[in-house]
Amino acid sequence: MAKVLVFIDTPGPALKKSSLELLTIARSLGEPAVAFNGELHDDVAAALGEYGAQALYRPSANDLDDYLVGPKASYLAAAVQSSGATIVLAENSAEGKEIAARLGIKLGAGVITDVVAVDPDGTAHKSVLAGSYMTTARATTPVAVLTVKANSITPEPATTGTAPQAATIEVPETANAASARITARNEKTASGRPELSEARIVVAGGRGVDGDFGPLEDLADALGAAIGASRAATDAGWIGHDAQIGQTGKTVSPQLYISAGISGAIQQKAGMQTAKVIVAVNKDAESPVFEIADFGIVGDLFRVLPQATEEIKKRKADR
Amino acid sequence: MEGCCYTVEETLKIIVLVKHVPDAQFDRHLSGGDKTTDRSESILSELDEYALEAALQLIEARGGEAAGNKVIALSMGPAGAVNAVKKSLQIGATEGVHLSDDALAGSDAAATSLALAAAIRHLGADAPVDLVLTGMASTEGETSLVPAQLAERLGLPQVTFASSLELDGGKLTARRDGDSHADTVEATLPALVSVTDQINDPRYPNFKGIMAAKKKSITTLTLADIGVDPGLVGLAGSWTAVETAEARPPRTAGTIITDEGDAGIKLVEFLAAQKLL
Ligand SMILES: Cc1cc2nc3c(=O)[nH]c(=O)nc-3n(C[C@H](O)[C@H](O)[C@H](O)COP(=O)(O)OP(=O)(O)OC[C@H]3O[C@@H](n4cnc5c(N)ncnc54)[C@H](O)[C@@H]3O)c2cc1C
Repeated sequence: MAKVLVFIDTPGPALKKSSLELLTIARSLGEPAVAFNGELHDDVAAALGEYGAQALYRPSANDLDDYLVGPKASYLAAAVQSSGATIVLAENSAEGKEIAARLGIKLGAGVITDVVAVDPDGTAHKSVLAGSYMTTARATTPVAVLTVKANSITPEPATTGTAPQAATIEVPETANAASARITARNEKTASGRPELSEARIVVAGGRGVDGDFGPLEDLADALGAAIGASRAATDAGWIGHDAQIGQTGKTVSPQLYISAGISGAIQQKAGMQTAKVIVAVNKDAESPVFEIADFGIVGDLFRVLPQATEEIKKRKADR
Repeated sequence: MEGCCYTVEETLKIIVLVKHVPDAQFDRHLSGGDKTTDRSESILSELDEYALEAALQLIEARGGEAAGNKVIALSMGPAGAVNAVKKSLQIGATEGVHLSDDALAGSDAAATSLALAAAIRHLGADAPVDLVLTGMASTEGETSLVPAQLAERLGLPQVTFASSLELDGGKLTARRDGDSHADTVEATLPALVSVTDQINDPRYPNFKGIMAAKKKSITTLTLADIGVDPGLVGLAGSWTAVETAEARPPRTAGTIITDEGDAGIKLVEFLAAQKLL
């Protein structure tokens, strides 16, 4: 059976949903193994067992996080060699893709990004050109490296759990040479809301919010949603750049995307048009966003959103 | 450029990678047997303009071209790619290089990075290259892999997604914005840097620049010039193959209502009907 290596970078105190998705896909392809970096909490080890990890690997070095990309790729290359894996799965974040990219060169392995599904024979399905095409692709090399988008499948634990011990992978001493070093790290303040690229629901605002994200935050909190923004809103400094959705921001594929005060420029659409359901609130009936909205409201967001928030709260209280 | 004998030059030699991409304003399609992007209507990628601007600012702070600094715009691709080089020269690049060879058609990221790495080594043969600059990933295909793969092939530190960039002697400091944190990153030259659209405001070519560009030369390189076996690039040399491509039916507009005082409630009714609450 094919060995499938899942890379989980700094799992933290609990596994992210996207990591559970990777493990679920790995089981459908063969025998899953996990290479992690950073600390392994007991709860995480238990979850990895529930999801059927047959082997665990940790790096001999504990400073991989102090460098950008290169050393992590060196570690993974060594882990692939030790485990005999023929498929590597990693998350589709910016850093995940870069690690996959360098790993591919180290191993002479084809890399496929933006994967949304993998057939048992290794054929990857992906959405390209901002979601306007679906393609299937294969690596033609002995090892394949795939980065999988969050929210691609529903995670499912294995029918029989495991309790693997972590083996240490020697990271080559040269791994940190010719690497950029991270000299300072400023954690951004946590909002308490879900992470944008993983969220089931995203409420996004544009120039139309005119500096006041309050009504969007209230609606997001009523729905358990993450907050996103157009570039006009991030450029104006009303919200951090990391909230930007689109060509030069994040790509999201949530179940529901609520767009408020955003015109729907092509660069904005590039980041959100694969959302399952799109709702748009805009006071201009001619706005291009209405061309892709499943439900559009021509109206003032400062009236429509608070009314919707109240209605949701009322319904929740009545339940 | 690998490691051992690099000494920091007084002057800078920067290579900026410029792509010609289908203009996002036009419809983009996949065409041909190799399901690659149709590049018939293309321009200099907007995102590469930020890299070019960053390069120009770095050399201008060191006396510009007159002081011996160089910004070489390098583009790989079919005939149309030369337009990206021309535009770069108009904006201010000091030299242009167009890597063009029929055998390159259909190259995936691995094959593209192989050819670009060879071209960069070739351009560094007389005097070493200090910095390779690229724009951030465009939305198309697997191109987001190229900067990291190029850094791997050249053995360079990669400083990707830089939203600021400073250079002091041979030391480079950049800011990189991540999802949950913003990092300060340091590397020594030579290095590969990709910049985001937050780094600067790219200049437009002005009349003087357009006139000056006419006198600048564009060197065309083939695979033979840079010593690359054609079998290692193109569809044959690629490590991935696209098997099928299907246009998604375009999203169609759904229900559009005009607010008559109760649209917020109607919105919640819609969400409830879709089981999204
Ligand atoms: C290289 C490049 C990359 C880019 N990358 C991105 C990207 O990643 N993401 C992105 O979003 N953009 C990106 N852009 C910018 C993009 O082209 C648009 O300029 C931007 O998306 C516009 O933002 P907006 O819709 O918020 O603003 P606008 O286009 O100004 O639209 C504001 C909308 O709000 C509506 N409105 C105003 N007041 C109200 C109200 N009270 N209630 C309801 N509606 C109201 C208006 O009718 C209007 O439609 C990029 C551009 C370039 C050139």
